[in-house]
Amino acid sequence: MVDRAMTGAAVLTVVIVLAPLVAIFGYLMYRGIGSLSWSFLTQTPKPVGEPGGGMANAIFGSVFILGIASIIGVPFGIGAGIYLAEYGRNRFGAAIRFTADVLNGVPSIVIGIVGWAILVKGHGFSALAGGVALSIMMVPTICRTTEEMLLLVPQALREAAYGLGVPRWRTTLSIVLRTATSGVITGIMLAFARIAGETAPLLFTTLGNQFWNLRYNQPTAALPLQIYVYANSAYDDWHRQAWAGSFVLIVLIVTSVAAVRYVVRRGSFGAA
Amino acid sequence: MPGPQPVETTNVNQSAAQRTPLLRTSGGEGADRVFQWVITACGLAVLAVLVLIVYELIGDSRLSWHAFGFKFFGASDWDPVNELFGALPFIYGTLVSSLVALIIAVPLSVGVAVFTTEMCPKALRGPLSFFVELLAAIPSVIYGLWAFFVLVPLLSGYVEPFLAKTLGWTGLFTGPMYGIGMLAAGIILAIMIIPIISSITREVLMVVPQHQREAALALGATRWEMIRIAVLRNARAGIVGGIILGLGRALGETMAVTMVIGNRPEIAKSLFAPGHTMASVLATEFSEATGDTYLSALIEIGLALFLVTIVVNALARLLVWTVTRGQPARGNV
Repeated sequence: MVDRAMTGAAVLTVVIVLAPLVAIFGYLMYRGIGSLSWSFLTQTPKPVGEPGGGMANAIFGSVFILGIASIIGVPFGIGAGIYLAEYGRNRFGAAIRFTADVLNGVPSIVIGIVGWAILVKGHGFSALAGGVALSIMMVPTICRTTEEMLLLVPQALREAAYGLGVPRWRTTLSIVLRTATSGVITGIMLAFARIAGETAPLLFTTLGNQFWNLRYNQPTAALPLQIYVYANSAYDDWHRQAWAGSFVLIVLIVTSVAAVRYVVRRGSFGAA
Repeated sequence: MPGPQPVETTNVNQSAAQRTPLLRTSGGEGADRVFQWVITACGLAVLAVLVLIVYELIGDSRLSWHAFGFKFFGASDWDPVNELFGALPFIYGTLVSSLVALIIAVPLSVGVAVFTTEMCPKALRGPLSFFVELLAAIPSVIYGLWAFFVLVPLLSGYVEPFLAKTLGWTGLFTGPMYGIGMLAAGIILAIMIIPIISSITREVLMVVPQHQREAALALGATRWEMIRIAVLRNARAGIVGGIILGLGRALGETMAVTMVIGNRPEIAKSLFAPGHTMASVLATEFSEATGDTYLSALIEIGLALFLVTIVVNALARLLVWTVTRGQPARGNV
């Protein structure tokens, strides 16, 4: 009898846990799609209180900042992952591995403070500062997933390459990394999806901007930032736009992950 | 002739013959050394990031440390106008919201994990875990948005009146029912940490050897008794590790909490009251902090948050590691 009750309780927990998921996605679709419009995607915000306007500069700004973050974070992350897998099977490597795991747990707002301290203090808010803060968050994640993927490559593959006279650096890059490509790319996309929605590190590094900005050393608008500001405002129109912005954010994250997955799959079939 | 012959050939053949993945040669081609140096620099970059974080946080909070010392963490006044700063309300807010989140999230996560590994039909396992992981993919600001517009009205309209009527005598559910406050923050935090706790719990449950389950069933246990005795008891350390990891995430969560906690630096017994956490005060006041002491006090809060989350996360990883990698499962008879 207790057994039956506990089974029921377990099913109940599953229902309770999945309910917010359904609620959030459902409500997001409902409010988001309803508020989406062509002007939303192409216009910049209107002055406070005036209805209309859009988040075009925030969408572009997000892409810009994420681009900077990826350019800095991905090479360092992959390099650190290669180090841990190929050269770091010792105590020093264990220290770096532990550090990466610990860094994964640092609150994003603290990383924002560090980004502020190194790039904004004395220089002003900038897209670069936001990109650097986000890249700090990317590196530990990419490092650990790359390491795990590289460790899955069979040792025999490396030995075969050495046996043929391939130098170590070439083996690591052209053979080991190449074999683990799809896993590594998945890891990068996971890190990318995680930082794409991050707001806290951008709060005092890029600050936000009502207008277009194409320069890396000026405050820039970003989608999560804009959603936050609009959500906290007192205007229904801005609340509507916050929902539309959230919808666009989720769509951007999902499509970028799906697109990269598709390209990787095509690429690996083409290469084979 | 027996034994290896010294080979006097070109560099490439020599290094290929000598070098196996098990030997570390100090010599080697120039390109190899450059590559190793570059890769090691990337590895060191991870350490450098940690050092940088610590250096900047300690350096910029020195002003506040000199002004207030340890009293900073015991004082409750947060008065930027008179330059009096005390971090106790934020520490209280962080602890209480995380505690509420854990109380709600732990039974739910363990229930989901137990269902997925022990009770669920095999075909459902994949999709179910996928959906729970999907909860982890939603950005924090969208959680905050949803919590502010959907959860808060729900709380103030239905849940809080109900709680006040039934459990108001405890003193935890009294006062004006804004909807916004510690309870809302605890609930949204719980939703956010459920995927973490449940995925780690699932991992440690799967590591429990099958013969433990079979032994319990052979002794006549019902399925629930088998789960309780053979599986959960064995995986205890790992589950606790997962819970602590979830706690670590809850401690540092900023955006969703900031949008529903009310942002008032006060300590109140009731869960209906607004509050403030260490992370949310940073989010709301950092870009508008005037004066060096103000900024330095905020950064000191950031340093405290950083240290707390590091300790909590390190502890959690150690616990999970001992279960999944080190020790064999021990059954308590």
